[in-house]
Amino acid sequence: MNRNEIIEAIKLIVKPYTEDVAALESINESTDFIKDLKINSANLVDVVLDVEEKFSIEIDNESMAKMLTVEATIAIIEEKMNSNAGK
Amino acid sequence: MDNIRVVITGLGVCAPNGTTLPAFTHAIKNGISGITFQSDLEALGFSCQIAGKPFLSDERIAEYFSPLELRNLNSTGIVYGVVAGLDAWKDAGLTINESDEPDWDSGTIFGTGTSGIDKFRWAINKIDDLEIRKLGSSVVIQTMASGVSAFISGKLGLGNQVSTNSSACATGAESILLAYERIKAGKAKRMLAGSTSDSGPYIWGGFDAMKVCTYKHNHEPEKGSRPMSLTASGFVPGSGAGAMVLETLEYALARKAKIYAEVLGGDLNSGGQRGLGTMTAPNPQAVQRCIINAIKNANIKPQDIDLINGHLTATAKDALEIENWKAALGATADDFPYINSLKGMIGHCISAAGSIESVASILELAQGFIFPNINCEDLNPAITATIAEDRIPTKLINKPVNIIAKASFGFGDVNVCVIFKKYNHE
Repeated sequence: MNRNEIIEAIKLIVKPYTEDVAALESINESTDFIKDLKINSANLVDVVLDVEEKFSIEIDNESMAKMLTVEATIAIIEEKMNSNAGK
Repeated sequence: MDNIRVVITGLGVCAPNGTTLPAFTHAIKNGISGITFQSDLEALGFSCQIAGKPFLSDERIAEYFSPLELRNLNSTGIVYGVVAGLDAWKDAGLTINESDEPDWDSGTIFGTGTSGIDKFRWAINKIDDLEIRKLGSSVVIQTMASGVSAFISGKLGLGNQVSTNSSACATGAESILLAYERIKAGKAKRMLAGSTSDSGPYIWGGFDAMKVCTYKHNHEPEKGSRPMSLTASGFVPGSGAGAMVLETLEYALARKAKIYAEVLGGDLNSGGQRGLGTMTAPNPQAVQRCIINAIKNANIKPQDIDLINGHLTATAKDALEIENWKAALGATADDFPYINSLKGMIGHCISAAGSIESVASILELAQGFIFPNINCEDLNPAITATIAEDRIPTKLINKPVNIIAKASFGFGDVNVCVIFKKYNHE
């Protein structure tokens, strides 16, 4: 899965959590979930669970704390998928 | 603050026999039962396999919750409460506060016994399966007792007191009295009062195990809930929510609101689990005192009461309740007011009982009728020895009703009595 495909997948995942349609449409690597998409911070744990399910990965607490932007999320997904692939 | 009058300007209901105001009104006028057979209770080996459960389609629920809220929503009590609460708000001619400024003058007291019991069960199983991470963010907001008032106030933008009260089966009547007192004290101009109760085996199971529910009518659900009947053999569990908008008369008149009725006052107390009172049985002295003080607080005389909306759950305690009313009112068998119990139609909706039943009372005052008691064609002789049989109407009576006393009693030996009066448009 390339970066654009991952961004598309993240876009689908966060869609229910944001009411800002314009910001969602222009989602890119620099998009911040809270500042740009106005996602309620309490819902970030739900986004993480949905990401885990979509990519069949498990995200530890430390990585979770970093998942505030699309860029950081892609990095964590790639890292976890690579470490899965190595198993 | 003595000059503040409190009126009811909006009603909402989510009852086993009607989930809109017109459907509920039609049902209570015609004695239509909302009690049905519950195959899940049968499968789980319940003694009582009948219950009252409101029916809401997915489309209807989607009118009240966002798609995000609907994901993982597993709290029937919150669904019923939000539906009834928002319907009452709309019925009062009020709109949802879309501004960034909270509505400082409006609040809610919306009671419940427990919240999101099915959600709790799901969460407990996840935790025990070592999957605590999978709980997500939706468990706390659905299982905290105040979940229902939190959901409602968020939707309406309420900025005054937002609380959930809990006093077992007295919860619903108590919410109305507490909301009334807040307005009367000059601390709010408008309060949404109400209460809700979850559906399902995990809320009803404890009562089934206590053997306080009937097991004799599984083959005839609509006949099962029999308040005041000789063959009353325990209550039928119910669920749902009732809600009403209370506001100052001044405020209501200024915005030309429709006014259903006035809250004259009321009282609440406890029997302290002393004397004949226990955790589960009411102390008659406290019940009578509550009724007497409610009448005093409302500044009326006992004989002004036209109709009593009783607690009357369909247990052996019904006769004792009637004796308590008679003693408190100082009435004779013949000048006793009319008395009815909605539980014959909807069962005992636990923490929602008092609010749903009060909605019925307000409709009676506003429209001039007395809903029929059903399933008491064989009245308990202990009751007919106390009051005249014609005090217990079994057919709809169309006539103006001026004052109704509504009482609810709950485990913990707690009592609430509220006095409602027809509003005569001046």
